[in-house]
Amino acid sequence: MSHGNTPEKRGDFHGGIHPEQNKLQSTMESSAQARMPAKLVLPLHQHIGAAAEPIIKIGERVLKGQKIASADGYVSAPVHAPTSGKIIDIADYPIPHPSGLSARSIVIETDGCDKWIEYKPEQDYTETNPSHLRNIIREAGVVGLGGAGFPSFIKLNPGSQKKIKTLILNGVECEPYITCDDMLMREEPQSIIAGARIMRHALQADACVIAIEDNKPQAYESICKAAEGIDGLRVALMPTRYPQGSEKQLIQVITGKEVPSNGLAVSIGVVCHNVSTAAAIYRAIHLGQPLVSRMVTITGAAVKRPRNLEVLFGTPIEELLEQCDVESEQIERLVMGGPMMGFALHDTSLPVIKTTNCIIAATRKELGLDRPVMPCIRCGACADVCPVKLLPQQLYWHSRAKEFDKAQAYDLFDCIECGCCSYVCPSNIPLVQFYRFAKGAIWTQEQEQKKSDQARERHEFRQMRVEREKLERAAKRAKKKAPRPKKAAPVDGAKMAEKMRDEAMSQRDSAVDARKAEIQAAVARVQARKKGTATKPDQAADAAAAVTPPKGDVDKKDGSSAAKDSNEQVQ
Amino acid sequence: MLTSILALSALALVFGLILGFAAIRFKVEGDPLVEQIDAQLPQTQCGQCGFPGCRPYAEAIAAEEAQINQCPPGGEATIHALADLLDLEPLPLNPENGAESAKTVAFIDEQTCIGCTLCIQACPVDAILGAAKQMHTIIESECTGCDLCLPPCPVDCIEMIEIKKDMLTWKWPYPQESPPDSRPDSRLEASA
Repeated sequence: MSHGNTPEKRGDFHGGIHPEQNKLQSTMESSAQARMPAKLVLPLHQHIGAAAEPIIKIGERVLKGQKIASADGYVSAPVHAPTSGKIIDIADYPIPHPSGLSARSIVIETDGCDKWIEYKPEQDYTETNPSHLRNIIREAGVVGLGGAGFPSFIKLNPGSQKKIKTLILNGVECEPYITCDDMLMREEPQSIIAGARIMRHALQADACVIAIEDNKPQAYESICKAAEGIDGLRVALMPTRYPQGSEKQLIQVITGKEVPSNGLAVSIGVVCHNVSTAAAIYRAIHLGQPLVSRMVTITGAAVKRPRNLEVLFGTPIEELLEQCDVESEQIERLVMGGPMMGFALHDTSLPVIKTTNCIIAATRKELGLDRPVMPCIRCGACADVCPVKLLPQQLYWHSRAKEFDKAQAYDLFDCIECGCCSYVCPSNIPLVQFYRFAKGAIWTQEQEQKKSDQARERHEFRQMRVEREKLERAAKRAKKKAPRPKKAAPVDGAKMAEKMRDEAMSQRDSAVDARKAEIQAAVARVQARKKGTATKPDQAADAAAAVTPPKGDVDKKDGSSAAKDSNEQVQ
Repeated sequence: MLTSILALSALALVFGLILGFAAIRFKVEGDPLVEQIDAQLPQTQCGQCGFPGCRPYAEAIAAEEAQINQCPPGGEATIHALADLLDLEPLPLNPENGAESAKTVAFIDEQTCIGCTLCIQACPVDAILGAAKQMHTIIESECTGCDLCLPPCPVDCIEMIEIKKDMLTWKWPYPQESPPDSRPDSRLEASA
């Protein structure tokens, strides 16, 4: 291990800003355990990916740490009961999301015992297969606690093709106000270091770097102390700058390498995790405890006693505010996340979820609400601070005019929505909101395009089929009619005989046709295979079907073709 | 004099051959404009434009027999896309063709369905599954919300349900520039 008090300088990123820190308020006192609420509301979708599926029934009693919803698909995470109690509801409840929508949630009535389910720590992780470790982490419901909530086990899978050179633990916490990682690093450095070692083992990474900004000297000291003497572990102290904690920017600073546009960090041999995720992984492996709580910063000028609380998921935000002596009438806006990238909440009764790192109860004075939005004066300040070296002004014009292809040509999707451009804009234009709108609109368009292409294909196929059926029917009718005019007035018996003969003929014909078509299809398949092109067996089958009249409809009149249509439908 | 006539004739012959060859070799089947217009249409095949499907409407637009503002499911977005493509002025949606409404999918009340297969024959995208005297059901992911299955149903057991907005389909709205009320990136000024 090597560390010194000189700031690290490897790479650098463009732009960035130095907003007012406002971190001191919430670090005045040490963290505390939040009070147990009477009721916990646990949304099933607290992470990126598919929502979890409930595996318990209403009325069932659950213990702390018991799995109550399991992951649905690969990119998903299970949900565990944060305390012991009774399941009282599984229904739609409002969730902390910018949309203000409701989503399926499990409600637990707490019993106050906080009784843990029996859990089993992993004896020695170094003896354990990394894949098994990932499974434990997945089952423990660990997701990225930095704010995005991406299931952690996926980011601990290096894949077969690439060697992971560096594991970066992100303790930068560059957004103003938020101090939950800072507090965790001060108070639980051992858990973080232990988690880092597990992650390194899971990834088989060469080195591990813990990145901390120089506005957190206590956290730095504490982590350095805990990391003393561990081989291949380095603690990097970096000058404070926003948005240094953004994954791609941090990787650029630490390794000097730039993550390619549309690429992932893994592609350049780097994996980045948050420090609190490391602590959660330590608890999952060393203690066998699933993720049921997290550190949340409660701050903002409307809060008299801002501090960090260890909060059970599902706890209503209003209870936390109360514990921090909130002046409710002072709250102009409640923000989840930081002031730069967070979003406004519509209600104080919303629950804390896995991605809630900070709650800001902001006063009117604190928010710059009175500054009017003015027209763009083309000063270019936004381009100077953009950490991705985009042209925010061009993106703004095109997003605003809904010229989405042009916005994409200016690499809209490389925008990390850090908010630097909005921060420096002298005209107070909500630039990031325009980019978010444009991104959403483009995604919607793409989905609609996909759906309409599919509909077109199905429609064209249907038309082809209807046409084919019409031709077949016409052909059959012609065949049936043709021999009839030969006899002028056949007696009943003769009529029957003729009909039977016709049927026999047509059946034989159709049998011969079917046989021919089968042979043709087989020849076509063989030829296609020889060419080495991928064969399409369904096309060959279609060709055969086109020649073969459907069986059993020789006698049918047009009027009764409905049933046949529907039979075809089912195919 | 003669040389120049010969040279020019030779050139004309060579270029003529090249052009003639290109005309055969790179012949475009069908009308590419119709394809391009068809690609912009929402493919609901609903017929609200007055044509029996999206492609006939695309053909009519290409032949300048129809306006670009007759597609209610596509709405403003489609009109803008067509205006861009054809270099025309965007027009407001023609109210005679209907109004732009929220996206819907059909739903069959399975208790009431008598299994007559009439809706199956009406569905332009084969999104209804069923057989004679068997209960029918909608394949939701394939349904375009065209309403064409509603009129033939003899027992009125099909209804159109608005697609619910959830977290996955929700998108950020167009920002209001003033007042900047719900700015998520609202700055917090120095305090304390």
